[in-house]
Amino acid sequence: MKRAGFSTKWMPIMLLMPQLVIIAIFFYWPAWHAIQSSFYLQDPFGFGSTFVGLENYTDLLGNSEYRRVALFTLVFTVLVTFFSLAIALLLAVKADNVLRGARTYRTLLMWVYAVAPPVAGFIGLIMFDQSWGPLTRLAGFFGWDFVLGVNFNDTAAAMVLVSVWKQIPVNFIFFLSGLQSIPRSVREAALIDNGSATGRFWDVTFPLLAPTGFFLLIINITYALFDTFGIVDTLVKGEPGNNPMTLVYKVYVDGFRGNDLGGSSAQSVILMVLVLALTVFQFRLIDRRIHYT
Amino acid sequence: MADQTHVQTPRRSINWGAIGDHTVLILGSLFMLVPLIMVVLTTTVPDVDIIKYGPQLKIGDQFDDNFEKAMFEASGFSGANTGMRMLFNSFVLGIGFALGKILIAMMAAYAIVYFRLRFATLAFWVIFTTLLLPLEVRILPSYEVVQQLGMLNTYQGLIIPLIASATATFFFRQFFRSVPEELVEAARIDGAGPVKFFIDILVPLSKTMIAAMFIIMFVFGWNQYLWPTMITTEEDMYTLVRGIKQITQTLEGTNVPEFGRANLLAVIAILPPVAVVIFFQSWFVKGLTESDK
Repeated sequence: MKRAGFSTKWMPIMLLMPQLVIIAIFFYWPAWHAIQSSFYLQDPFGFGSTFVGLENYTDLLGNSEYRRVALFTLVFTVLVTFFSLAIALLLAVKADNVLRGARTYRTLLMWVYAVAPPVAGFIGLIMFDQSWGPLTRLAGFFGWDFVLGVNFNDTAAAMVLVSVWKQIPVNFIFFLSGLQSIPRSVREAALIDNGSATGRFWDVTFPLLAPTGFFLLIINITYALFDTFGIVDTLVKGEPGNNPMTLVYKVYVDGFRGNDLGGSSAQSVILMVLVLALTVFQFRLIDRRIHYT
Repeated sequence: MADQTHVQTPRRSINWGAIGDHTVLILGSLFMLVPLIMVVLTTTVPDVDIIKYGPQLKIGDQFDDNFEKAMFEASGFSGANTGMRMLFNSFVLGIGFALGKILIAMMAAYAIVYFRLRFATLAFWVIFTTLLLPLEVRILPSYEVVQQLGMLNTYQGLIIPLIASATATFFFRQFFRSVPEELVEAARIDGAGPVKFFIDILVPLSKTMIAAMFIIMFVFGWNQYLWPTMITTEEDMYTLVRGIKQITQTLEGTNVPEFGRANLLAVIAILPPVAVVIFFQSWFVKGLTESDK
């Protein structure tokens, strides 16, 4: 609050009201409801529910399919985060290096930011079409018989590729602006100390980019966990079957298709705890960042 | 950048470093853009050609025909989801969400930063807890709430629950706090009340920030997929991004799938957010990298 703030009583309450009301109805109520119904077993026909305590949770954790989905989500998240960060960092370093055309490259690399995840998935479907997809042909050229939507690993590879493709622009923009904010004096000092460009990058640039990198790490994990829903849904054409899926997609499939409200809610709550942990971690990082820069 | 002055390079030798940088950047740009270009070009060739040869890098003459089909013919059961209708709905969602979010967020942030309020800290935490849980983890209960309120298949049901998170509020709070204290003191000495100060001083000061937020929020709203998929079941309420699933499904099982039409709809779903991001690039990058979320 500003020291010289206004002291009207009713005004701030009026100003806060719309936000608080919307949050109460569409955030706290549903979130509370999810926690509550995760302790109940719901009748599939809607004739009431029985309190079952932690049974939904123990069922989930003992369920081999849930563990399989969780494992896939973990591998998927690691791959997507690593590749989209690494490729974006490489491109940002190069764009920061070149004397001419940096702006043009930034513009070209930014396009995909605005592509919606399901549309990205749709483009993936076209690229990996069974009979004429350019990428299926390319894979076939190297002797890889790529079958999207049937072979588990192939579908997973397509999901990772499309998700990485979609996420590179955001990371690129952040890395480039991080690089451009490194003071000229620091660069010149490094140039005198260290002759090799690679050495300069790892000793000076990389540590200075670390705050941006940590921040992006969280953003990318959240992206891989939640925002890839549209990509997964389009690539499997809405039919999960034997295909790989992420935890968020399973919440949707079990809750909406399977009508398993208790189990789906328990999954939601597990995800909430996961996001909570990530966010606390992120806030601590941002705090530190404010202190040091 | 300062390389040339320190490292003596013999005359007329080729600068391999710069060539390497440009090669990486060009390859990166191609990786990002070729899929998009291919999809755009498929909208100009006859559907039969796509089935025979796959997407090609050439321009055909079928664009008019595909455009006609995509914009004015419907694929669903009710015949209500023409491209025009979905385009309109997408604009309502994108603009409605961005404006609603900015308005509510500015009001709430103003109340928190500029007023002496007893429960300001409490309000702050109540609002900012929403940053922790993305809509995806509480979709089912949120759906139930909207259903109980009778807001399925309405624009308000589509837009308002999406506003229930504090990203923009957090952003404006940070910005208002960076506004010099003297401004509000001077305004008070001049006899300006809270409303006058807000409209005549704070809003004009925040112009760039509002523009940046608008771009980010417009793209975010336009690209929503999961929420519209659940809330809108009537075809005349479909947005382009939500309609993409149905578009992929119509490609299944027909003799000559209408790829031209489907791809053109995908292109139209991509175009407005990409245009906004590219044209207002500098605002967008500023907003994105300064909001940190």
